Amino acid sequence: MLLKTLSELNGTSGAESLVRTFLQQTIEPFVDIINTDKIGNLIGIKNDSLSGPKVMLAAHMDEVALMIIDITGDGFLKFRPVGGIDARILVSKPVQINNSQVGVIGAKAIHLQKQAERQKALSFDQLYIDIGAKSKEDALSKVKLGDYAYFITKFEPFGDGLYKGKALDHRVGCALLAELLKNDYDFPIVAAFTVQEEVGQRGAKVAAHHLAPNFAIVLEATVANDISEGSDEGWITELGNGPACSLMDSSTLYNAKLIHWVRDVARQNDIPLQFPRGIGSGNDAGSIHISKVGIPTISLSVPCRYIHSFASVISEKDYRACYDLANALLKELPNIFEGSSINFAKEDQF
Amino acid sequence: MNPQMKDARDFLSLISIASGVSGYEFSIASLVRERFEEFSNEVERDKFGNVYALRRGNKNSNKKIMLAAHMDEIGLIVKKIDSRGFIKFTSIGGTDQRTLLSQEVLVHGNQAIPGIIASLSPHQFDKMESSQAVKMDEMVIDVGMPLAKIQEVIQVGDIITIKRQTYPLLNNLIAGKSLDDRAGVVAMKVCLEELSRLKHSHDVVAVATTQEEVGARGAITGAYTLNPDLAVTIDVTHACTPDLKGQVTIDLGKGPTVALGPNIHPAIYRHLVESAHFHRLPIQIEPIPGHSGTDAWPIQVAQAGIPTGLISIPLRYMHTSVETLDIQDVLNSGKLLAYFIASLPDDLEGMLCY
Repeated sequence: MLLKTLSELNGTSGAESLVRTFLQQTIEPFVDIINTDKIGNLIGIKNDSLSGPKVMLAAHMDEVALMIIDITGDGFLKFRPVGGIDARILVSKPVQINNSQVGVIGAKAIHLQKQAERQKALSFDQLYIDIGAKSKEDALSKVKLGDYAYFITKFEPFGDGLYKGKALDHRVGCALLAELLKNDYDFPIVAAFTVQEEVGQRGAKVAAHHLAPNFAIVLEATVANDISEGSDEGWITELGNGPACSLMDSSTLYNAKLIHWVRDVARQNDIPLQFPRGIGSGNDAGSIHISKVGIPTISLSVPCRYIHSFASVISEKDYRACYDLANALLKELPNIFEGSSINFAKEDQF
Repeated sequence: MNPQMKDARDFLSLISIASGVSGYEFSIASLVRERFEEFSNEVERDKFGNVYALRRGNKNSNKKIMLAAHMDEIGLIVKKIDSRGFIKFTSIGGTDQRTLLSQEVLVHGNQAIPGIIASLSPHQFDKMESSQAVKMDEMVIDVGMPLAKIQEVIQVGDIITIKRQTYPLLNNLIAGKSLDDRAGVVAMKVCLEELSRLKHSHDVVAVATTQEEVGARGAITGAYTLNPDLAVTIDVTHACTPDLKGQVTIDLGKGPTVALGPNIHPAIYRHLVESAHFHRLPIQIEPIPGHSGTDAWPIQVAQAGIPTGLISIPLRYMHTSVETLDIQDVLNSGKLLAYFIASLPDDLEGMLCY
């Protein structure tokens, strides 16, 4: 299963090669041109010779992880996060380093703590990875400075129609994009599996520039905080209520006409849709929509619980609905274009 | 890795992964029982859940040596299922709330149901508060099912364990949950196995005890039931890590510790140290000025008093789900116990005389 493989592969910002190689093999039969650009984005191009709008589909390959920045004299590994990780989730967990070495992040035993210590979170400065090395030299036989440590989590069906795994919040977009590429559309499609989203949407910036599309759809996962009882305050999105179409996040104000179009297409096709309530962190759209003279961009996201943690959760139904919506939008797309410009109606010019 | 070490590692992995929270040791007990039967004349389980494996001595001695290692683990218990199907919980035994976020768990309802521990207010889970630990009562378990389905399979009072396999680290280290004190159970198995190759005068009863994590209660009833002439407990002890320098003096991989202090009969301590030296087994000395925090504490004062010793396996990150130890220390603990038992004189009373 595509999503299982993508979830379990390790690849953080700047070190996406395992994910890229897998995706390259996956999409090769379905694209006309395939290449990797200068920053490491995997680019697949379909229908390059056709006229009509050039549509960019973007999903990022990188996940959050830990970078080994020091090895202590007695062989323990110090680390810093790549991307946003709350140090509080790291305590008492196994991590995978270099696909060959497991380490654990422990903590001082409760028996040896003072009462006040139990109320204080452990910080990155206090945490370290234990690989069982006897000394710095022993550790260096397995691990180098700059190596990465990844969450160890099996991708599995979870509860009632859900999936659980690591990096779902990142790779769900890659899976959707790879599936969409199997379809035929009668306009040029440029697919960008981007790098370095988690450290500032840097791959997407480069890809949008050299691909120069007329329209872009970012495929993502977004926060679902739907776990508090009583009030839905702060939920952002809710699992099982369909894909989320972004209105605004920390890096993008999405175009109202496009949002209305997405809403209308979802209605016409009986696809559930929700709008995120709350301003989450940005995604690749932030780089793409301000590329060159500006690129009309929408973001479709699969709601995801516990992003950037050891076990994130999505709904299979939402995943399917997000695919259906993206597919329906792509089929409708030629109708809103006149040449290479979007044209909803005379009074709705951009 | 030699066959004995591999066998010890495999048995430790098997029982580490199994669940057996204090008071709910059913499934761990059957695994222990099955394995102990290979090296014992009789295996029994008492009303309190303790498992006894008897290995008869070579002489018709009427003396009995008790070994005790607890098989229970700390865990969680379902406190409430909220209206949206999220599970509130509290702990059984000493759980550090900081070790719980983002853990995969098994809720032992009608069947073992996978869940994930989440912070109830993840939208407040931002930089502002990251210096504060999330409290256990602000966490919930997500099992990904609607309330009606959950109510069919999970009840208030169901037990929850961390879902964790074991991981081999470098230098024969292993990490996993509940190595406290499943490693002690493995050491008893190694001892029984070694004893099958040695001669020992006295009967030996290895007891996998229950409810240690809530106050060494299985050991209370176990020691009363057996009323042994001598007892040795095998538990784990804190090993030094970078954050414990100056606080902890015991190291991983330098052999089991032999305890001394008020909880320990001095002759047993001396005899254990001598056995280790004679057989060139590495040991570390662990002075304990009072309560040892192990089964040895109640055993010592069971019935009319029982001469008691304590061997501990060094362990890092105690009561987390990534407890880490050196398998060689487990093997050496088992061997030391066996050599100790085999070298006990027929006249136990004389040896134990103050």
